[in-house]
Amino acid sequence: MAIDILMPALSPTMEEGNLAKWLVKEGDSITAGQVIAEIETDKATMEVEAVDEGVLEAVLVPAGAQGVRVNTPIARIASANGAAAAPTPPARAAAPPPPAVIAAAAPVALASAAMVKTTVRDALRDAMAEEMRRDANVFLIGEEVAEYQGAYKVSRGLLEEFGARRVVDTPITEHGFAGLGVGAAMAGLRPIVEFMTFNFAMQAIDHLINSAAKTLYMSGGQITCPIVFRGPNGAASRVGAQHSQDYSSWYAHVPGLKVLAPYDAADAKGLLKSAIRDPNPIIFLEHEMLYGESFDVPDGVDWLVPIGKALIRRPGRDVTLVAHSRMVGVALKAAVALAEEGIEAEVVDLRSLRPLDSATVVESVKRTNRLITVEEGWGPMGVGAEIVARVCAEAFDWLDAPPTRIHQIDAPLAYAANLERLALPQMDHVIQAARAACGR
Amino acid sequence: MAGLLTIHPEVLLGFYRDMLLIRRFEERAGQLYGMGLIGGFCHLYIGQEAVVVGMQAALEPGDQVITGYRDHGHMLACGMEANGVMAELTGRVGGYSRGKGGSMHMFSREKQFFGGHGIVGAQVSLGTGLAFANQYRGDNRVCLAYFGDGAANQGQVYESFNMASLWKLPVIYIVENNQYAMGTSVKRSSSETHLHKRGGSFNIIGEEVDGMDVVAVRDAGLRAVAKARAGGGPTLLEMKTYRYRGHSMSDPAKYRTREEVDAVKEKSDPLEMLRKRLMDGAIADEAALKEIDREVREIVAESARFAQESPEPPESELFAHIYSEA
Repeated sequence: MAIDILMPALSPTMEEGNLAKWLVKEGDSITAGQVIAEIETDKATMEVEAVDEGVLEAVLVPAGAQGVRVNTPIARIASANGAAAAPTPPARAAAPPPPAVIAAAAPVALASAAMVKTTVRDALRDAMAEEMRRDANVFLIGEEVAEYQGAYKVSRGLLEEFGARRVVDTPITEHGFAGLGVGAAMAGLRPIVEFMTFNFAMQAIDHLINSAAKTLYMSGGQITCPIVFRGPNGAASRVGAQHSQDYSSWYAHVPGLKVLAPYDAADAKGLLKSAIRDPNPIIFLEHEMLYGESFDVPDGVDWLVPIGKALIRRPGRDVTLVAHSRMVGVALKAAVALAEEGIEAEVVDLRSLRPLDSATVVESVKRTNRLITVEEGWGPMGVGAEIVARVCAEAFDWLDAPPTRIHQIDAPLAYAANLERLALPQMDHVIQAARAACGR
Repeated sequence: MAGLLTIHPEVLLGFYRDMLLIRRFEERAGQLYGMGLIGGFCHLYIGQEAVVVGMQAALEPGDQVITGYRDHGHMLACGMEANGVMAELTGRVGGYSRGKGGSMHMFSREKQFFGGHGIVGAQVSLGTGLAFANQYRGDNRVCLAYFGDGAANQGQVYESFNMASLWKLPVIYIVENNQYAMGTSVKRSSSETHLHKRGGSFNIIGEEVDGMDVVAVRDAGLRAVAKARAGGGPTLLEMKTYRYRGHSMSDPAKYRTREEVDAVKEKSDPLEMLRKRLMDGAIADEAALKEIDREVREIVAESARFAQESPEPPESELFAHIYSEA
């Protein structure tokens, strides 16, 4: 009885990978636990161990194959005892849903610049590398940023180029290294502090707010703190409540901080470069689920995106959808679906939560007369609440329908796949809200 | 008294003057607080003067200092003007933070004084970062990071110890053990009451120092600074000291007896000890010390006058310095 060996997932967010190497060949006898192959993604390399015993009957995916989808059969084993056997389970029971096809509007770019498809991950790396070449005071510090090349491989290659003095691995000590970074910034350096995720920055939040955000004010303008705190924020996939929190509204609440949350690779790069040059403390919220997505990024130019400017990613006349970070993709997808029903949604990507570009949102609502906010975090006291308040204050007479907030349900995020999906904002929620706002 | 023979008489007289300035300044600050001219929290440094004056003598220009909220003495020792410190206490525009920081939040980039921090223990991580910057630049500067026996139980202190020792950062950790964290004695709060041993797990050498003896403080400071400058990494100096006044201005003082406080004042007052040495060693006579006393009183009186005459900050300060435009 033959057993298929399936392409395993190395991480909760992995959808495909490369089959780097086979360590066995057809006809070999295999024992359970034996390492039979190496697979790799853009983040990591891992060995595949056999779960069943038998003879390797056929290699179905050759070494060197790129982009092998999770759960694809990669080899077949003839079972040693000939008994009927269930297929070898993959590392995870079910593959994640296929990636959404998102029709992203092109970013505002220099007309002359050539575009290169770049992942958000590499765009962030390129931003850091360019700024480190430009300014010797810029350095990167955090857990696993150097030798491991970044927990999410965002800092890949930086250690090789800049050395251990400027790419600094820390112990697991968020409170300590956040404070150390702020002290270095007060002394005039320009640290980039990576949090493996912003969930862990809770250990350090005192320094982000009490030390970084307030010292310029408390010193009467004497002590600046040019520092960037960056890392993934929000829900990844099936990592549970403690690893899935969206801190957008937490940080955007605080005067003295600037808070950025890019969606695509061009903004990730251009905003991060602007952030590193900015003389203020910056909270730079990335999204793990976007790291592997590719977008056009202007090539061969010093690409800077201004802080505090929202971007209309898709024009529309019927309803304004306001989002940031990954939810921009959800809103754009919803807008495509709504267009088929004859509802033209305008999608505003906030990009910067503090300072907040109210004017672009308000002007949009004055054109569409309807407002829906989409955010990954909880609703109460959230980003959407702030947007709605500002629009009500500045464009109340233009509203033809009550503004609607789409957000995570008011509960810690559950691990179970179905509950997680029910808790997070989905395209359908946006579509339904848009229909309701438009009286459909 | 340690090291007395190796120290120049003029230097000793300078110590006396600086310690006296801190004491008279703090007494006046307490008085202004009582008059309602200083608001909020105000933590006086009286009794601990020898620590900052001795340590400052171990530094070179360009070295940095950072501390917690009991910071007036540190600022005066760094050479910051009494006028600017007192005017900050009264919340006036002539203060070092233009009236926006107050007692616990003052800074001077010119004097390399980086605060003045109100969150217990935060300055230890920040000071470790200042030292990181020194090493990064290779500028041979060192940083003094002061904290109290209360902060010695904060987790980030040990996170900082670990990194500073691992990377041999040029930082001196100075725990000013005045024996009470607010109203909780070291014995009631610390499983290891010898705080200089707290660096042991991080391979940081600790030293217990008589924090009431300014020369002993300076000598310990010189050793630690030399080691840090030579790339030897951090040292932990435990200064055994005592604060005469309450934790802050509102302190019920129920956690220790008046007899205990009086005994320290009687037997080991840092100013009296130094004064006696100056007189016994014939370094200064009564008249010379009186002259120093007069000079100090003038500085303090002038600072009190300035702090009351300097106007409150204009309303335009409300939204100034939230973000840097530079």
